[in-house]
Amino acid sequence: MLGRLSWAAIPFNEPFPIISGAIVLIVILAVLGIITVKGWWPYLWREWITSVDHKRIGIMYLTLGLVMLMRGYADAIMMRTQQAMAIGNAQGYLPPGHYDQIFSAHGTIMIFFVAMPLVIGLMNFVVPLQLGVRDVAFPVLNSVSFWLTASGALLVNTSLVIGNFARTGWMAYPPLSELPFSPDVGVDYYLWSLQISGIGTLLTGVNFVTTILKLRAPGMTYFRMPVFCWTALATNMLVVAAFPILTATFAMLLLDRYLGMHFFTNDRGGNQMMYVNLFWAWGHPEVYILILPAFGVFSEVVATFSGRGLFSYRSMVLATLGICVLSFMVWLHHFFTMGAGANVNAFFGIMSAIIAVPTGVKIFNWLFTLFRGRIVFRTPILFSVGFMVTFVIGGMTGVLLAVPPVDFVLHNSVFLVAHFHNVIIGGVLFGVLAGYNYWFPKAFGFTLDDRFGKASFWCWIIGFYLAFMPLYVLGMMGMTRRLEHIADPGWRPLLMIAEIGAVFIFLAILCQIAQLYVSIRTREVRRDRTGDPWNGRTLEWSTPSPPPAYNFAVMPRVETIDAFAEMKRRGMPPLEQAYEAIEMPRNSATGFITAFFAVITGFALIWHIWWIVILGLLAATATLMVFGWSETREHEIPAGEIARMERARLGLGWPG
Amino acid sequence: MTVATIEAVSTALARGRGGGGPAPTRIVVAYGFWIFLLSDFVLFSGLFAAYAVLSDQTAGGPSGPELFNLRSVFIETMCLLFSSYTCGLGALSAERRQPGRFLIFAAFTFVLGAAFLFIEGTEFAAMVRKGAGPSRSAFLSAFFTLVGTHGAHVTSGLIWLAYMVAQVVAKGLRPRVLRRLLCFSLFWHALDIIWIGVLTLVYLMGAR
Repeated sequence: MLGRLSWAAIPFNEPFPIISGAIVLIVILAVLGIITVKGWWPYLWREWITSVDHKRIGIMYLTLGLVMLMRGYADAIMMRTQQAMAIGNAQGYLPPGHYDQIFSAHGTIMIFFVAMPLVIGLMNFVVPLQLGVRDVAFPVLNSVSFWLTASGALLVNTSLVIGNFARTGWMAYPPLSELPFSPDVGVDYYLWSLQISGIGTLLTGVNFVTTILKLRAPGMTYFRMPVFCWTALATNMLVVAAFPILTATFAMLLLDRYLGMHFFTNDRGGNQMMYVNLFWAWGHPEVYILILPAFGVFSEVVATFSGRGLFSYRSMVLATLGICVLSFMVWLHHFFTMGAGANVNAFFGIMSAIIAVPTGVKIFNWLFTLFRGRIVFRTPILFSVGFMVTFVIGGMTGVLLAVPPVDFVLHNSVFLVAHFHNVIIGGVLFGVLAGYNYWFPKAFGFTLDDRFGKASFWCWIIGFYLAFMPLYVLGMMGMTRRLEHIADPGWRPLLMIAEIGAVFIFLAILCQIAQLYVSIRTREVRRDRTGDPWNGRTLEWSTPSPPPAYNFAVMPRVETIDAFAEMKRRGMPPLEQAYEAIEMPRNSATGFITAFFAVITGFALIWHIWWIVILGLLAATATLMVFGWSETREHEIPAGEIARMERARLGLGWPG
Repeated sequence: MTVATIEAVSTALARGRGGGGPAPTRIVVAYGFWIFLLSDFVLFSGLFAAYAVLSDQTAGGPSGPELFNLRSVFIETMCLLFSSYTCGLGALSAERRQPGRFLIFAAFTFVLGAAFLFIEGTEFAAMVRKGAGPSRSAFLSAFFTLVGTHGAHVTSGLIWLAYMVAQVVAKGLRPRVLRRLLCFSLFWHALDIIWIGVLTLVYLMGAR
């Protein structure tokens, strides 16, 4: 009746998952209780859960990413602490099976449920505003994407208390991830949650490529698009081209596990290295899917806070597209040790080193933008400068690892761990945090506190260097990744420094929370009444903060790059304009209902509860069919209503 | 030239450079769906790659030449290609607002698609009976997954077609229904493209 599911699935005898699971459950119940007592459900349902507004969906993505960052961080500090304790005779506090789940969950969560929602959230919020349009191409699909991502996150967190998570590392390489070696539900949780959220990500890619290529304000030719839109275009093209590979790869592993096939098994002709190749054929584009939007954020932030246009816009665009193409030609550098031979390794090594060229172009462009600019040192620019310094180091260690003989020595060492944290924290995370501080006033109508923002920046950067520079050294000394116990006491000092770094990162997160709290408390004095708190250059700053649901009462006409800066230079258009009726998409519960059935079906698949699987699939098909039948997906806001809202905003009073 | 002409010319130029403002819904929907189909092609490319890697790994079991029957594969191919032809004719009659003709062509498309699936199904069943099921060897895993995924697409295409016929009957050929039909025919033709790949890589190259 319930497949593999029984009371034994809940690890009552293991204190950590039970206690943390109980705390999470209490917090969730408390939040739900408060919402119920205060009667917020109708508001939440109407304004958020069923909303198809790209701004709301973007904010929900960012919230999901920041919440999951806490979970991922909790995993990180547990690993650091275990490695700082379990040296020599000491065994630390985590049993190996549990430690293995933690490093697997940490990687999975940080890539798929922190970094991806954060960059997709920023793109959701910003891209339509920057393009001067009213929503994305497929608003309901956008809501489906978000809720599918949230479903995946929910399933991963469920594994904390019901069953267990994969012990295979975040790549789940076979044969370890095959049934004979991982017979329990851990790998199934990993695979199904990533399949479900992967569909969401793919649909986002389709949606944004279409939006950017087909929906832009009149006059916004390709070479007038803000750089962030270019990076979003490149990223989403990579999503469309790369995520299906992951879906196919995971499908093959699932077929091995569920139907006894032999894609990656040890026997009957299976080929494990094919999994590794396919995984990284997705995996390397994935790192550019994450970093390119961050590059876009830095381009916007550096230009705005230097008070001038970006240096060499065209080379920035070409570098972005160059990286987009090259990112598909380097996947083998993740496993030079496979034994593909010197010539193959040399090709991929050279291609990997070549990616440093367009990246270098970008760094120089940002530097030349700053050079002789009137730099305003607010939090976003600190993150940008911190990024440039940190990312160059990470990039150079990357070029080092791209040399096959060096890689043979450093493969799977903590040198590699230090390298990719260097580029992901110093690149993606700093970019997201710069963007968060930069666009927050646009989203909520008030600026974030700068002192706590700067404090958080310093804690992040100090924490990063303390936590990861020692790992470079330890990697050189021969320490491999994912060690549950450290045999060599000589490594203790460096591991202690890394632990202190992790504590600094904790302080950074605390500063971030304090920043949000203080800013909300003092929001009345930090209101952004102009809609343009930073003297911005792109169209999103021409709207009020927060923008109305329709973004632009009148479609902007674009004549140059940095369209809003040009509008301000020429003088703003007259306040009173001729308004026309606007057609906007209606709210839809399709996304939420789809996700509901996706969670149930995914859970049933993990636990082999076949009758629920069938019911869930039928229900999902029915949802799709009901949506596919619908006729009234738009509603019209009459011109008079828009005039009234615009007047209220501009303080013009009532007509007549 | 009058001002209006200049404006018209410059608007046309702007459209050519992608600066003419948001595209009409029909273009956006078809374009978005085409991008989605490209992603589907990428998914298939993963399965094709797996098949190419594993096609020799028969693990002592039956190989392609022992299993494939090119005669029925030819009939299958003809069914699918002709179903695309009738699908195209159906799309044309839908565009011309001829629901009766559309329904006839849709019926042809459905029958040909179902015939394709029936032949594929019997082939699969015969192979499983011979002990050449998907868990026999890596080659057969890759074969059943690649060809079966295409078959699953055809199956969902048939369900979609029946659903679209219901929409046409219930609502008539209004713009929203026409847009959905456009997506369906893109999907159906895309399955042909995939099938040509399957036919070449799996059957023609594998039957020798």
